[in-house]
Amino acid sequence: MLQALNALLLLFLIVCAVVVARTRDLLSAAVIFAAYSLVMAIIWQQLKAPDLAITEAAIGAGVTTVLLLVVISKTGRHEE
Amino acid sequence: MQSVVLQTVIKLLLPFIQVYGLYIIFHGHISPGGGFAGGAVMAASFVLFAMSYGVGEGFKRLPRLIAQWLESLGGLIYIALGLTGILRGAAFLTNVPEWLGQAGQLFSAGLIPLLTTAIGLKVCSTIVTLLYHLLEEGHYDSQTD
Repeated sequence: MLQALNALLLLFLIVCAVVVARTRDLLSAAVIFAAYSLVMAIIWQQLKAPDLAITEAAIGAGVTTVLLLVVISKTGRHEE
Repeated sequence: MQSVVLQTVIKLLLPFIQVYGLYIIFHGHISPGGGFAGGAVMAASFVLFAMSYGVGEGFKRLPRLIAQWLESLGGLIYIALGLTGILRGAAFLTNVPEWLGQAGQLFSAGLIPLLTTAIGLKVCSTIVTLLYHLLEEGHYDSQTD
């Protein structure tokens, strides 16, 4: 059961990583990147690294997303 | 860009985020987490407030100058705590054996909780300053300081 959950999370992670690289809408890319960070935090917890999980949830899903959103609001939403 | 739903949710959520950040900082020596993770959680609360209520309101609650001073203060506290080891005739950052206490208690581990607090102060104010510099662009066009 736990292994199935881990496999599902890793699959979701790979799909997220590919979609982030391929999407042309930068706002969607930032939101998908936040979802990637959230799943990565759960995987760190599964790998028995709760310290990294807290940091990943705060930095990856929180501060980095805000940083990217501010930059997108200063520039343009669509990639040339 | 002011949203009533966002502002109400942030107002309700903010104390819980900050208490959790302080919990992570102060329990850094007995549970997962520490200065960096707790400082990042605290910084996220300030950034959320500044983004939902506008940068001007955020500057009123935590002025930029105070954030910059706190950043330097965190580093200075860390260095001062490290130098106490040298003053006692041992290496830099040597712990105080009399303060070690019972392992697993909140007040134990000597200097380490104080060091974690200094790191949390520094990380929190660094991230807040970083985001303030990005958010304030165009906010103070006329008055440059």
